[in-house]
Amino acid sequence: MIINHPLLGPRDAAEFVVKGDANLINRPDWQADDAAQQFYEYAYLRDNPAGEHRELWYHEQGDRSWLVVTRNTLTHEVTKVELARDVARAAGRSA
Amino acid sequence: MRYSGFKVLMEGLTGNKGWKPVWREPDPKPDYDIIIVGGGGHGLATAYYLAKEFGEKRVAVLEKGWIGSGNIGRNTTIIRSNYLLKGNQPFYEKSLKMWEDLEQDFNYNAMVSQRGILNLIHNDPQRDAFVRRGNGMHLSGADAVLLDEKGIREMCPFLDFKNARFPIRGGLWQPRGGTVRHDAVAWGYARGADERGVDIIQNCEVTGFDIQDGVCTGVQTSRGAIKAKKVAVCVAGSSSRVMAQAGMRLPIESCVLQAFVTEGLKPVLPGVITFGAGHFYVSQSDKGGLVFGGDIDAYNTYAQRGNLPVVEDVCEGGMAVMPMIGRARLLRMWGGIMDMSMDGSPFIDKTHIDGLYFNGGWCYGGFKATPASGYCYAHLLSTDRPHETATAFRLDRFMTGHAIDEKGQGAQPNLH
Ligand SMILES: Cc1cc2nc3c(=O)[nH]c(=O)nc-3n(C[C@H](O)[C@H](O)[C@H](O)COP(=O)(O)OP(=O)(O)OC[C@H]3O[C@@H](n4cnc5c(N)ncnc54)[C@H](O)[C@@H]3O)c2cc1C
Repeated sequence: MIINHPLLGPRDAAEFVVKGDANLINRPDWQADDAAQQFYEYAYLRDNPAGEHRELWYHEQGDRSWLVVTRNTLTHEVTKVELARDVARAAGRSA
Repeated sequence: MRYSGFKVLMEGLTGNKGWKPVWREPDPKPDYDIIIVGGGGHGLATAYYLAKEFGEKRVAVLEKGWIGSGNIGRNTTIIRSNYLLKGNQPFYEKSLKMWEDLEQDFNYNAMVSQRGILNLIHNDPQRDAFVRRGNGMHLSGADAVLLDEKGIREMCPFLDFKNARFPIRGGLWQPRGGTVRHDAVAWGYARGADERGVDIIQNCEVTGFDIQDGVCTGVQTSRGAIKAKKVAVCVAGSSSRVMAQAGMRLPIESCVLQAFVTEGLKPVLPGVITFGAGHFYVSQSDKGGLVFGGDIDAYNTYAQRGNLPVVEDVCEGGMAVMPMIGRARLLRMWGGIMDMSMDGSPFIDKTHIDGLYFNGGWCYGGFKATPASGYCYAHLLSTDRPHETATAFRLDRFMTGHAIDEKGQGAQPNLH
């Protein structure tokens, strides 16, 4: 698989470490009344879909940026690559 | 029909005209007491023990393809009971005991071969960890022998003892571990279940569950609706896809594990050998091929094929521990989809939906578990109580803080 890095261009997937579902960006509010339930679901449960999947890849053997890769789990086709930073900001998660 | 040496002789003398198909191909009935979704090793074993040990008469196994097309026919056939934690080890030791009697029990040659499994040790902390593991194995009644370098040299003189980075210091040996002809396991259980009245229905994909007011009353399939008092899902790598049809999210991600086999060679390996410094394991099939594998491809996938970086990694592991493997030519390689759980351990449990049961999360180690998994799942289905060796395999264990994490990796399925 080739990951089209937004800053570096096409890179071999072997340069990356895969973390898993990009939903891990959406850490729950620890002060919510049901925080325990929310953290359980956040940490342990996954959609694990057959088809399009948004996931976190870390460019460990490269520039060490975190990416959100949209990839099809049936065909391995990569359709979108974003900087995780941009995704998190767009979701209002960091300044 | 009972198979025996006498039967083979008689058939040989009478033109082999008496052999019959090994199982029927029935159409689905409108309803059953218990429906098992997934005709892999675990599903077929469950059906067999339900009929044989628990007296269940109206049981069906629904398989979307043909039986044996999933991981039961794709694995590297290693059986062992060398786990550490008490949630796991008694269960795997039960399974190994069941393997020892399996062929007599279901009257089928599954080529169970207890040729031993050797986990190599390369440094002091690893030796400490393996001593502890060996003690844990003894506590469950399993066998474990700690070997020093000399012991390994006698057993496997061909290993690379001069490797400066990964010197071989010893090993943990389980003599009762070994290999089994994997698809014969599926066929043996299928035949035994069919003989006792279980309907094995192939080319029948479950596409939905009938759930009303929190009760599951049957399934929708590619061959029509079928009613059941109990529905038992057992679909390994497809667990999340199938349970999503019941609105459930699981503590599971799906990854592919690859396997490799070389051309047939004269006998060279005494048993199963695993490299302790990287992830590589190898055994030799009775046809002579070296069967080996290593890490999973770390990304989520449902494609039953892997990628080249892992191929390279596995081959490097092989060359580091056993350089002679470089002379062998690779014949075939393939992949199977693993149901990787959040702690590397499986589930055999009821769900929050009445009448719906779940068995899965076997990661890359479910083949060895086949007999005990089938027995314990049948026990749960028939008595509604978990078997004593499978009480820890609960679906809600992450909620209650009872993870069974052999490696202490945390909730990162691709590292288990
Ligand atoms: C390459 C490889 C090497 C391995 N090596 C080992 C090893 O050495 N030792 C070990 O212990 N384990 C090993 N494993 C793991 C082991 O094979 C699995 O954990 C185990 O086989 C899973 O259980 P099963 O046999 O029931 O799965 P499967 O045989 O995969 O059965 C699941 C079945 O469910 C069916 N199904 C899926 N969806 C549906 C649906 N909607 N409706 C109906 N049917 C459906 C599938 O078609 C499939 O036949 C290995 C696995 C692989 C891939």
